[in-house]
Amino acid sequence: MEKNCAIEMKGITKRFGQVVANDSIDLQINRGEVLALLGENGSGKTTLMNMLSGIYQPDEGEILKDGKTIYIRSPREAYEYGIGMIHQHYKLVEVFTSTQNIILGLNDGRMDLKAAENKVNEICDRYGFEIDASEKVYDMSVSQKQTVEIVKVLYRGADILILDEPTAVLTPQETKKLFAVLRNMKADGKAIVIITHKLNEVMEVSDKVTVLRKGKFIGTVKTSETNPQALTDMMVGHAVSLNIDRPLYPDPRKKMIIENLTCVDEEGVKKLDSVSFTANTGEILGVAGISGSGQKELLEAITGLYPVKEGSVRFIKSDGSEVELVGLTPKKIRQTGVGMAFVPEDRLGMGLVGSMGMTGNMLLRSWKKGKGALIHKKEPEALANKVMEELDVITPGVNYPVRRLSGGNVQKVLVGREIASEPEVLMTAYAVRGLDINTSYTIYNLLTEQKMKGVAVLYVGEDLDVLLELADRILVLCGGQVAGVVDARTTTKEEIGLLMTQFNAKEDER
Amino acid sequence: MSAENRTPFVRLAKRTEMSRRNMWLIRIGSIVIALILGCLPMLLTGTNPISAYGVIIQGSVSRPVYLRQTIRTAIPLLGCALAIAPCFKMRFWNIGAEGQITMGAVFATYFALFWSGKIPHVALLIIMAVSGAIAGGIWALIPAFFKAKWNTNETLFTLMMNYIAIGIVAWLQGGPWEGRKGSQLIPMFSDEARLPDVLGVNCGWIIVLVLVVLMFIYMNKTKQGYEIAVIGDSVNTARYAGMNVGWIMMRTMFISGAISGLVGFIIVSGANYTLYSGVADGVGFTSITVAWLSQLNSFAMIAISMILAILEKGSNTLQTRMSVPASIADIITGILLFCMLSCEFFINYKLIFRHKGKEVNG
Amino acid sequence: MTTLITLIVAAVTFGTVLMYGTLGEILTEKSGNLNLGVEGIMYMGGAFGLAGAFYYEKAAGAAASGPVAITLAILAAFAAGFAASAIYSFLTITLRANQNVTGLALSIFGTGIGQFVGEFMRVSEGGYVALSNHLKEAFSATIFPGFLINIPVIGRILFSHTVFFYLAIVVAILMFLFLKKTRYGMYLTAVGESPSTSDAAGINITKYKYLATTIGGGISAIGGMVYIMTTAGCVWNHEGLSGVGWLAVALVIFCMWRPLNAIWGSVLFGAMMIMYLRVSIPFIPTELYKILPYIVTVIVLVLTSMRNSRDKQPPASLGNNYFREER
Repeated sequence: MEKNCAIEMKGITKRFGQVVANDSIDLQINRGEVLALLGENGSGKTTLMNMLSGIYQPDEGEILKDGKTIYIRSPREAYEYGIGMIHQHYKLVEVFTSTQNIILGLNDGRMDLKAAENKVNEICDRYGFEIDASEKVYDMSVSQKQTVEIVKVLYRGADILILDEPTAVLTPQETKKLFAVLRNMKADGKAIVIITHKLNEVMEVSDKVTVLRKGKFIGTVKTSETNPQALTDMMVGHAVSLNIDRPLYPDPRKKMIIENLTCVDEEGVKKLDSVSFTANTGEILGVAGISGSGQKELLEAITGLYPVKEGSVRFIKSDGSEVELVGLTPKKIRQTGVGMAFVPEDRLGMGLVGSMGMTGNMLLRSWKKGKGALIHKKEPEALANKVMEELDVITPGVNYPVRRLSGGNVQKVLVGREIASEPEVLMTAYAVRGLDINTSYTIYNLLTEQKMKGVAVLYVGEDLDVLLELADRILVLCGGQVAGVVDARTTTKEEIGLLMTQFNAKEDER
Repeated sequence: MSAENRTPFVRLAKRTEMSRRNMWLIRIGSIVIALILGCLPMLLTGTNPISAYGVIIQGSVSRPVYLRQTIRTAIPLLGCALAIAPCFKMRFWNIGAEGQITMGAVFATYFALFWSGKIPHVALLIIMAVSGAIAGGIWALIPAFFKAKWNTNETLFTLMMNYIAIGIVAWLQGGPWEGRKGSQLIPMFSDEARLPDVLGVNCGWIIVLVLVVLMFIYMNKTKQGYEIAVIGDSVNTARYAGMNVGWIMMRTMFISGAISGLVGFIIVSGANYTLYSGVADGVGFTSITVAWLSQLNSFAMIAISMILAILEKGSNTLQTRMSVPASIADIITGILLFCMLSCEFFINYKLIFRHKGKEVNG
Repeated sequence: MTTLITLIVAAVTFGTVLMYGTLGEILTEKSGNLNLGVEGIMYMGGAFGLAGAFYYEKAAGAAASGPVAITLAILAAFAAGFAASAIYSFLTITLRANQNVTGLALSIFGTGIGQFVGEFMRVSEGGYVALSNHLKEAFSATIFPGFLINIPVIGRILFSHTVFFYLAIVVAILMFLFLKKTRYGMYLTAVGESPSTSDAAGINITKYKYLATTIGGGISAIGGMVYIMTTAGCVWNHEGLSGVGWLAVALVIFCMWRPLNAIWGSVLFGAMMIMYLRVSIPFIPTELYKILPYIVTVIVLVLTSMRNSRDKQPPASLGNNYFREER
């Protein structure tokens, strides 16, 4: 064992029902080092770290600090051991100020908000954070909220920091700042774990990399002795040349014309800012952008789920007539005979009814069909069986609640249903997130199949490699605006990366 | 190893599945425990619990006349539990049945007082029933409208509506509809406005049993029932599927209120033959527990409402025979509800004790 | 003028009852627990408070002192409310039972217990349960000397009330200071707003929820006792107490979960509830005055939801139970 070892995890296993989230994992975190915990979505990184932060308890295995076995039963105990975790979903009380949030749970004698504010400001000055110590959290932007989270951990003097995908919501500038802070803390002798699936960040900031795959420990390597290709191999199990088949559709025509689409959220922030583009038949239009750039709002606005402030979405029917979709409810859209299918990001929260079986979920697209007040279950049941067979959905039966199925099977049910509606436009949001490689390819093939049937496919994705090989054109969103539309066959990753961030860069210059 | 450095003694985990047999064993066990706990207040008054329970059973079911009275008590409980089921399925916490019953009773009473003798018997009853249902429905619609429009907290809103309805009756009682001046009472209904008896109990029991079947079909077999289930699972999914959530909420609340209003009609026209501010008498609240403990299953509601009715009717006998305060019924009902609510925990969760791998049910 | 002063004094008397009920429920709801059992809790407080004073006097005889009787009544009521809320807490916090249903069950149970104890005392004591006149006076006497009360106008308005009123104001101010100025008050607010956040911050949610709910229940129960010992004249009177608990729940909303608002809010509600006896407004039948508190509460509820102002909403987790591994 190394001398500067801060925390060691040995043979950690954690199960959720049938699912083994972590299978006998060994991990060592050292002081003065940044450890990258690398793995695809659903590989068990967050679960593993949640056991260090006291959210979960391991079913098997032990955690050692300074050579002694410790039991972390609650987040409070985690802090006592100097472990602080910054979660992906911020744990902040919205009606509190940043300082109140930062001192929440601390026990250092009489509460003195003024003194605490001063200390918060001190930390902010030292690291260059920009937050107002007395501002209420509900008034803050996402990155400010993250800053509060980080200051919270620093305020508590944690010497082991765990950051769960901290850059997912940050602009490149903010990411740079964050990394600078991490380096400072490393120099300070702190142990840092950064959970990520972005290889460039791993290479940039980490000293060591531990790779997980499907809940299993794959290996730990020094960053200086490895390269992205090798890490990818460890992550996915074999070298990825994605090799997604991309045939050309012979006769593309305009299917949907979006012009000056503008959406504003409840707080008055522009989520989409005059977005214009055209989707064609027989084409996969990829949509790229850092998360929260308006992808969700775009798809929901088109499907009538998000209120549109301005602009138009014109759908061109096969007979050439046009339908204006803006202002129509999802129900109206269906009634006007617009064949639109939508695979939303939140599968169980939006696309499916978790407590119902496959049949009940097939019904979600067709429950209105048929005469009378009663539901007609025959057709959806047949469809459920068909989807189960064709997409290899593993379930005890068509009436088994889909909530209890694994992520991949849940997505197959959802995509299967949407494709079965024989849409003219198919929209998907993060369709392969959290899925294993095989299921991901199943989804790619299904989408390509749809494209060759003449469907206009909108594919919102986060993995640029996939976008580059799957899509025909790529629309890049940045801060709710269209940063550009590029030909996926000729563009480069760098070009897209630049477009994804260009708007923010401009903002900074002003 | 010191006590500090151990995994927690007991942890909680969601149970995935449990056999039907065990589920029922736990539920029945909880009722038994409740009955045992119910002995405590009896012992306090120096009553032998076994003979007291004997009296409760005797006084509620042993003779047709007792059984009829018990059923009369069960009718509004069952009817109202049916009304609440779709709302709770939708996760719309309607605790305003009390007021919805009351408003239904008010409108039925209006026709009973002022239209009686002017139109045929059956027509009058039908008008009373329909107007009661509509009034209850509209009363329920008000909070639903604000929930749909501005997401106003429905639990608190429906709760307030109860007391507004009761206050209105108190005003009618002492004001416009007062019978003999100063009596603070509304006159008794004429025979025209009373529900006929069938097998010795007002025919409300037939209406309610028909409703049991209809509600079962509505919740499980109809398009509207499907919409309700989807909304209860996830409002976003419902919107995604093209459902108009606000509209469905209002519609469901109207149906729920209408059934409660109908129950109000049954109470005034079949049991009380008059209207007073305590017409709902807590039925709206108790029936919520009936609906919940029945897992919103219509048929299970028959059993639960009968159990509570037996307790209530039997306790009245207990008071006259053994001079135990009749409020013992509320105490035992309360204990019963506590125990049955607790037992759901052991059905939904499992406790994992420290020694690894060992899982204990309950 | 005299009418107005009499009205205010009467409003304060009834308002004091409400203030306890409301303050207790505010504390409870701050932890995210919507305890709809206040009605039952106040019944129990009334019955046990009366029992405490009554059996004390029976034991002490003529030597019974007012302050001791008052203290015992408060303690007995508090203990009853504490115990009742402990049942609610165990079911909702530990066993994760539905809060609405559990609260209603507690209402049924508590009114039953209250009635039972009231009846039991009546039967076992052979008819009539009441305190002697000098103890009755102790419960309804003010703590201020006569010359203060005799100050024109403000004397009666400010100084003529029972000790319970001033105690309630102290409780309200303490609760305000607790919630706004202390660490534990801030933690409690956090628990009610976002249990998962508080959990991650290492706050023992279970402890806070239990303590807030049980102590809140105890405070609410004192209201029931105050009603029986002042308004009802130290005699068990379930009819007068009926509905007071629900009114207290309404008042919590009207006060927007702020203890200081409860001081004037409860007096206002008290005024509305007794106004029918003393004031007549043209075109509004006096019997309808009693629904005014519910109507204004509904209006407040609707207005705050329409404005959607973040600071005036119910605690965000109100009504929901927390289970750490549920995500």
